[in-house]
Amino acid sequence: MSPVLSDRIEVHDLHFYYGHTCALKAVSLNVPERQVTAFIGPSGCGKSTLLRCFNRMNDEIPGARVSSGSIHIGGVNIQQPSVDVAKLRREVGMVFQKSNPFPRSIFDNVAFGLQLHRISNRSMLNQAVEEALISAALWDEVKDRLHESALALSGGQQQRLCIARSLAVKPSIILMDEPCSALDPIAAAKVEDLIRTLRQQITFIIVTHNMQQAARVSDLTAFFHLGELIEFSPTLKLFSNPAHKLTEAYLRGTFG
Amino acid sequence: MYNPESLIRKGLPKGHIKDRLVRFSLGLVTYLIVIIAALLFFKIIKDGAPVLLTTKAPYVDLGFLLDKNETLHVFHDARGQRHQLAASKYSAYVKDHAGEPIYNERTFSYSGGGIIGPIVGTVLLTVGSMVLALFFGVSAAIYLSEYAKQSPFIHAVRLAILNLAGIPSIVFGLFGFSVFVLAVPVITSTPSERTLLTVPLFIGKAVLSFQGWNSSLLAGCATLACMILPVIITASEESLRAVPQGFRDAALAMGATRWQTIRTCVLPFSIPGILTSSLLAITRVAGETAPIMFTAAVAAKDDLPWQSLANPFDLLSSQVQALPYHIYTLAARIPASEFTQRAQYGSVFVFLMIVASLSFGSMLLRAKLRSKLKW
Ligand SMILES: Nc1ncnc2c1ncn2[C@@H]1O[C@H](COP(=O)(O)OP(=O)(O)O)[C@@H](O)[C@H]1O
Ligand SMILES: [Mg+2]
Repeated sequence: MSPVLSDRIEVHDLHFYYGHTCALKAVSLNVPERQVTAFIGPSGCGKSTLLRCFNRMNDEIPGARVSSGSIHIGGVNIQQPSVDVAKLRREVGMVFQKSNPFPRSIFDNVAFGLQLHRISNRSMLNQAVEEALISAALWDEVKDRLHESALALSGGQQQRLCIARSLAVKPSIILMDEPCSALDPIAAAKVEDLIRTLRQQITFIIVTHNMQQAARVSDLTAFFHLGELIEFSPTLKLFSNPAHKLTEAYLRGTFG
Repeated sequence: MYNPESLIRKGLPKGHIKDRLVRFSLGLVTYLIVIIAALLFFKIIKDGAPVLLTTKAPYVDLGFLLDKNETLHVFHDARGQRHQLAASKYSAYVKDHAGEPIYNERTFSYSGGGIIGPIVGTVLLTVGSMVLALFFGVSAAIYLSEYAKQSPFIHAVRLAILNLAGIPSIVFGLFGFSVFVLAVPVITSTPSERTLLTVPLFIGKAVLSFQGWNSSLLAGCATLACMILPVIITASEESLRAVPQGFRDAALAMGATRWQTIRTCVLPFSIPGILTSSLLAITRVAGETAPIMFTAAVAAKDDLPWQSLANPFDLLSSQVQALPYHIYTLAARIPASEFTQRAQYGSVFVFLMIVASLSFGSMLLRAKLRSKLKW
């Protein structure tokens, strides 16, 4: 089955509100396919909000709404009511800041998405779980204890397990909201490695507060400030030669 | 200027004596409570254990547990020997000793035989009301915690449910009587005379008749379920909320619907908490007299609930005996004497044992589930 949606994300003049507070103002950007895009900016500038727009996770927050503007993924306006949100979220996976494996076995965690979509053929499940764990660079560490609790894993392993869980349903886009902020540098490096390995097949958008990480893994970087997109350009250019004073101040750490 | 000498205290510090006093009085109160509880248990066990336990194998008086409840006959035979016989054994005795005189005969209602009827009735009432209460309570809790928007109206609903928990059980008994016994609709072709309203269904002669379920197992279970619903709802909602938001986010972000999320990633992990709360409810349901007095319970019944039924569903519409009601009957409806004590203390002791084993069982179950599902 070919993906219903391709994965180029086009955001046009997006305004977003939580109740009466504006979280995103006139954001327009095009996230290209099969590249790594980093979102950076001070806390509360709307990075997570924009990320959650891409898989409509904001639907789950009462009072949260897109007031104007549009988001197209692969040419389809994902804001329209007729969009199958379950299918959208299968195409657009998400990894959270706080790793959140279910208190079940490692296998069950990775198989969760597949079982959700009614795949119960045992050999198919086994194969998909193995593939996902290999892609998430976790297979060698857990292959002998697939049926032990996921909570026995270390923090870094748990986060890679969550990545494997998203990978198992073969998404074309993966959104990562500060995936490494709770990890030690070595565990974070492993996550970065796997992003680098998978970038040929999957579009990554990664929110990070770690400038070195953004510089290391991303092709493009978007800098946000107070709900506005200040600058969006190739990472090399943004870091070496920022076009905007705010970006420069933020990168130098002399903000405000 | 800093003076290290000032750290060394001279004599007892001011707060010290007061602190000891407070500690002592709080401890005193605590142990007083423990002593009262211990005395209560001691009394019940001292009086009740001899009724139920025997010195010979199987060490339990199975007759008391498994025999039907009967009237006790106490009399002297011609040789002056005293006999205490339950009604059925008494008639056998009379048949065997036809023509022999019997002296000083006295009868004590409900005091002979065993208490299988009340035990079975209590089990049926408890199981039935827990099934109803868990179904409705957990459904409501899921709605309140997972679906409803947290608006002032929902807060008011929650407050109302919480307040229901404080209503005395006798009020639930009267409510159950006027609603479940007298008013709820049934489908029947022969509506009773006291029906409040009949609605024709146009299927044969069947009508929807608002005539209630009479005093019956079903009415009793429904009344008991209403009584413990607030406890179940409140506690279930708490256990649902205790499940980390991350589980829901993860499932939703994988494309699960709300219901799939709840079914696979919320409910399974809140079951230990729900069970713990139900444990409290079970012991309350098993022990209440007031709610079943008018809705389900009878003092005497010859058959066990499922005996002599035309079809299995009639079980729900039959009346039952119940342990707490039996204890109440023995204590309040018949004059106490040395011959009624066996039934009284024995019933209380059995009841205590049942409640204790229910609590213990749920505790084990919970511990087992908890160790499997920890985060
Ligand atoms: N669930 C919410 N309800 C109300 N306001 C929110 C919610 N989530 C975020 N916000 C607000 O929206 C703004 C952007 O938040 P967020 O997207 O989380 O920022 P970032 O991820 O860049 O730190 C912040 O001012 C925050 O207070
Ligand atoms: Mg954020």
